[in-house]
Amino acid sequence: MTRLSPFNVVSLTLGFVFLYVPMLILVIYSFNASQLVTVWAGFSTRWYGELLSNDAFLDAAWVTLRVAVISSTIATVLGTMAAYVLVRGGRFMGRTLFSGMIYAPLVMPEVITGLSLLLLFIGLGLDRGVLTIVLAHTTFSMCFVSVVVSSRLVSFDRSLEEAALDLGASPWDAFRLVTLPIIAPAVISGWLLAFTLSLDDLVIASFTSGPSATTLPMKIWSSVRLGVSPEINALSTILIGLVTVGVIAASLASKHAALRAKRDEQAAARAA
Amino acid sequence: MAETVFAPWDDPTEKPLIRFRNVTKRFGDFTAIDDLTLDIFEREFFALLGPSGCGKTTMMRMLAGFENPTEGAIELAGQDIAGVPANKRAVNMMFQSYALFPHLTVWDNIAFGLRRESKDKAAIAARVEEMLKLTRLEKFARRKPHQISGGQRQRVALARSLAKAPKLLLLDEPLGALDAKLREATQFELMDIQEKTGTTFVIVTHDQEEAMTVASRVAVMDEGRVMQVSTPERIYEAPDSVYVADFIGDVNLLHGTATPSGDETYAVTWSANEAPVQAASTRSFSTGQTCHLAIRPEKVAIYKDKPEADNAVQGKVLDIAYLGNLSTYHVELPTGDIIKAQVANTRRISRRDFTWEDPVWVSWSKTAGVLLAE
Repeated sequence: MTRLSPFNVVSLTLGFVFLYVPMLILVIYSFNASQLVTVWAGFSTRWYGELLSNDAFLDAAWVTLRVAVISSTIATVLGTMAAYVLVRGGRFMGRTLFSGMIYAPLVMPEVITGLSLLLLFIGLGLDRGVLTIVLAHTTFSMCFVSVVVSSRLVSFDRSLEEAALDLGASPWDAFRLVTLPIIAPAVISGWLLAFTLSLDDLVIASFTSGPSATTLPMKIWSSVRLGVSPEINALSTILIGLVTVGVIAASLASKHAALRAKRDEQAAARAA
Repeated sequence: MAETVFAPWDDPTEKPLIRFRNVTKRFGDFTAIDDLTLDIFEREFFALLGPSGCGKTTMMRMLAGFENPTEGAIELAGQDIAGVPANKRAVNMMFQSYALFPHLTVWDNIAFGLRRESKDKAAIAARVEEMLKLTRLEKFARRKPHQISGGQRQRVALARSLAKAPKLLLLDEPLGALDAKLREATQFELMDIQEKTGTTFVIVTHDQEEAMTVASRVAVMDEGRVMQVSTPERIYEAPDSVYVADFIGDVNLLHGTATPSGDETYAVTWSANEAPVQAASTRSFSTGQTCHLAIRPEKVAIYKDKPEADNAVQGKVLDIAYLGNLSTYHVELPTGDIIKAQVANTRRISRRDFTWEDPVWVSWSKTAGVLLAE
């Protein structure tokens, strides 16, 4: 272990303070017994209990989860298809236009995306609700999936697909049995990205939801406008906990996979 | 009775397995294959040899079905296969990168093609075991490709492409990734497997030694055209162009003009100051026609004193390349030309006859060289 110089200690401390003090305060106050958010009145898990009996929050959480799962799944299918065509389709008519346009939503301000989707749904006469939020989230997260998947496809050895065709596989079988299993990690991270984007989206959901469907970020936002309640702190703490567990699990899994790959390579070198 | 030599290309009644008929392939403005006509026969081990970019890989990809000819026809067993997709052809390919499926075990890699033709499980298992045995991979059946060595991967790729018993097996630089020792062993293994299975092999390579070792016939290619198709011996001993003579092995080239000097013999005037050299040739040349005399270094002898020979030229030793079993002497002639003479090192190095700057005579018989027009 190297000893850190005073300068490094200061930068490290500042970094951590800026990143985590706000969250730490939120977590601490979620265990506050007092009704008043800013006054500490002893430790209590009261707000967690209240949260679980608050139907409005539970409904919003359920809506959010459904929207996130459905929209990220559709976005993954569409995004993977788009990436496949862009990387493998050769030089078809309108390819440059398509590849440029698929990345446009990445830089488009969310307000504009939300507004244009709202106008579209009104124009189509669609009742705003879970369906419209799903469609909207699919629209904007699909391009993220296609970016992630196409970067994997670019480095994918094309001869693997040719080998599958050569061995008698139909193009669909070649994709299903060879390409998809190999690019699966990219597809899964694309799905996770879309899922996360959908979970924490506030702006687009506000534009495209109707009275029947409120997502969790919308619910939190609207209740905070009436004053921060300790319940919100509890809810946020739960979310932080879930995210932390997810990140740690993912990094442990990838570390384990890297270790195993290294062991395999050493075994192969010995066998040679 | 003498054993019949395998030479279906000399038999006019033999039907070729593959026929390229006036095949041209263009990519945009670039012509990869230029009006190429070629026959390949059943059970042949056929090598496509040429520098990179000569079109050999394009030919192979057209056979596999990954490219279609722009013009002309390719026939496999009498049927035009243009337009038949890769997965419907009785042709399998061993890829340069091996293209093993990284997520499948060795066993599943080999079974991949068999599973596509809805055979029953027992038949597939039997065939996979047979292939594993043929390529001596039984011990590694349950491993994934990244868990085995490069040589083993190469054998998995071979087993996988042979599993469906194709009419034709294409090998794209199959030994490029192996080190020299392993490559040599694998060349003989490939020949052995080709003989055992009776499959027609077409190999693409830029390594002339590899092509000469494994192939029954070699096609030397350059810029989308076939320069010469023949057995390795004839390609080496009787090249029909300066390109082929120069591409295969080492060669001395003397440029000059021919004058008939007897029955199928020509005097080649190659320098104003030196006597013409004599060369036998079945190709006829007119008086004063430009010609090139190609002589292999091992057919040039080197002497201290002027020998009794058809052709002898004096020079001095400029360089000696010691290769262990052979030494190549670079002899500079008064004209500035350099003649390479190769001598087998049957004696220990301390007893060698010549050293640098020694005046020597190089000589060769009139049948040693090949007289070429271009």
